[in-house]
Amino acid sequence: MIESHLSLLIVVLPLLTAPFVAVLPNGRLPWFISMLASWSVFLMAAIQLLNVSNGSVISYELGGWAPPWGIEYRIDSVNALVTLIVAAIAAVTLPYALKSVADEIPSHQHSLFYAAFMLCLTGLLGIAQTGDIFNLFVFLEISSLSSYALISLGRNRQALTASYQYLIMGTIGATFFLIGVGLLYAMTGTLNMADLAQRLPELYNHRTIHTAFAFIMVGFALKLALFPLHLWLPNAYTYAPSVVTIFLAATATKVAVYVMLRVIFSVFGFSFIENTPANELFLLLCVMGIVMMSFYAIYQKDCKRLLAYSSVAQIGYMMLGISFGTALGITATMVHLFNHALMKGALFMAIGAIIYRVGSSRLEHMQGLGKHMPWTFMAIVIGGLSLIGVPGTAGFISKWYLVQAAIEQQHWLVVAVILFGSLLAVIYVWKLVEVMYFKPANEAAIPSVKEAPALLLIPTWILVIANIYFGFATEVTVGTAEQAAKLLLPGAH
Amino acid sequence: MMEFFTGHYNYWLIIIIMMAGFYTVISRGNLVKKIAGLNIFQVSVFLLYISIGNVTDGATPIIEEGVTLYSNPLPHVLILTAIVVGVATTALGLALVVRIKEAYGTIEEDDIHTQDHSL
Repeated sequence: MIESHLSLLIVVLPLLTAPFVAVLPNGRLPWFISMLASWSVFLMAAIQLLNVSNGSVISYELGGWAPPWGIEYRIDSVNALVTLIVAAIAAVTLPYALKSVADEIPSHQHSLFYAAFMLCLTGLLGIAQTGDIFNLFVFLEISSLSSYALISLGRNRQALTASYQYLIMGTIGATFFLIGVGLLYAMTGTLNMADLAQRLPELYNHRTIHTAFAFIMVGFALKLALFPLHLWLPNAYTYAPSVVTIFLAATATKVAVYVMLRVIFSVFGFSFIENTPANELFLLLCVMGIVMMSFYAIYQKDCKRLLAYSSVAQIGYMMLGISFGTALGITATMVHLFNHALMKGALFMAIGAIIYRVGSSRLEHMQGLGKHMPWTFMAIVIGGLSLIGVPGTAGFISKWYLVQAAIEQQHWLVVAVILFGSLLAVIYVWKLVEVMYFKPANEAAIPSVKEAPALLLIPTWILVIANIYFGFATEVTVGTAEQAAKLLLPGAH
Repeated sequence: MMEFFTGHYNYWLIIIIMMAGFYTVISRGNLVKKIAGLNIFQVSVFLLYISIGNVTDGATPIIEEGVTLYSNPLPHVLILTAIVVGVATTALGLALVVRIKEAYGTIEEDDIHTQDHSL
């Protein structure tokens, strides 16, 4: 009974938790209920991934209306993995949230905070689960609206302007997507992605289809912060509360990359994209983004902003895999999607622990903290190594596949850029290490700084250990990613 | 040539509204005006959906005897959802503007930037 409704329950459970949590009194109860909900979702997402890991596809008809008229949830290895990433990050972030949220957000807003968090989770899971392109827009707006509210809760007033900026750019992006969907509907009369995929090939040369594709691509490039449409991201990540930064950095952009994958390969089909300039454009923007944003990261004075710019560069790596349009490229994108969620989650959690103790994420306030907070410092070092792509960490696996995909395409310049990007990552990660370990501590200011509490350290280290674990045990990530590549590019195998 | 303009007059109107809204969002420094521009931009998309649902000589989509050709109601239903989303976005945006006014004492983008950089 429950088994057959699993795909829907994953989305509905956090959706129902949100209003329930909102009316609860402030205190620990809203946090506890949200955490239970997110753990159940994680469990269900894991079962769902197991169910489709043999390459099968689950089709769930909402309300019993048969597709293409009704809304269909269509689960295969691609979105089951994305759902699992979102659910896992939420499940790790919520235990962390108790102390961090108590420290950063006024206590009378706690139940509303967790309600917004649950809505954001609902939206992201919904985007991943749905097989209906208009339903996707609705979930996109649910996740976006709640994340604007979450970002605005940051303690500096800049959080308000960052949230406003994101609201304007995010809404433009979502509206562009809506225009694209409208044009597709006008041409095909359907909103179901699988149905669209069947009807589009005969219309490939129609100008409206090309326009629709352009609108959807620009809209989602805004949402996933592809260089040069990334302007909202550094401010949003820097000024949001730590928990929100962790969650959004590890999931929101990943889900947007998934939508890109889905739209390009499942809905339009790569044979359509090959005849448009989109591929070369993506390649160019990714290469520019990787180099420029890594340089930007080096010159930042706030470590949250440093990691935010690094995120924009990393999104470039993910989109590179898509722009190759090969099975190896998609595998690289999917693997990096997973691994980047782990490393950025771990790094932002460690930074959140520092904010909890020091109250600032500016580099000058972090001097010498490495000796006071050894566990947090080690988490940053290992997370940083993974970000660079050192062998033995998860980051290495994704870089390895990405370089292989570039070599297969004989894009030697791109190979050079990927390696150069890693070199720049060494510099900005080293900057964090240098400030924390080799700069003398400002003893007058921080004589009493202690190691972060266990409730912050344990989730951080779960992600840090996952970074190492998935650097060796690649069956889960690479296996699922290869399965996903087979589904997205049926002709390639 | 004339057919190109008159035959698609709804699209031309929509494009004009869309660009007016988009231009307002980009060019205005006043945060409330930006939200207003965003609204106009969204409304143009609502109109796009509604106008593509119209079937030439089609009747209102209410089942009635003797009528066989109906307009397509689905885009209208879709856009109801999008209108709700638009209302929520506007409400949230305006709420943020109120908070920004409380925190900065101004809703002009340039003044906010100078205040942030003088810190």
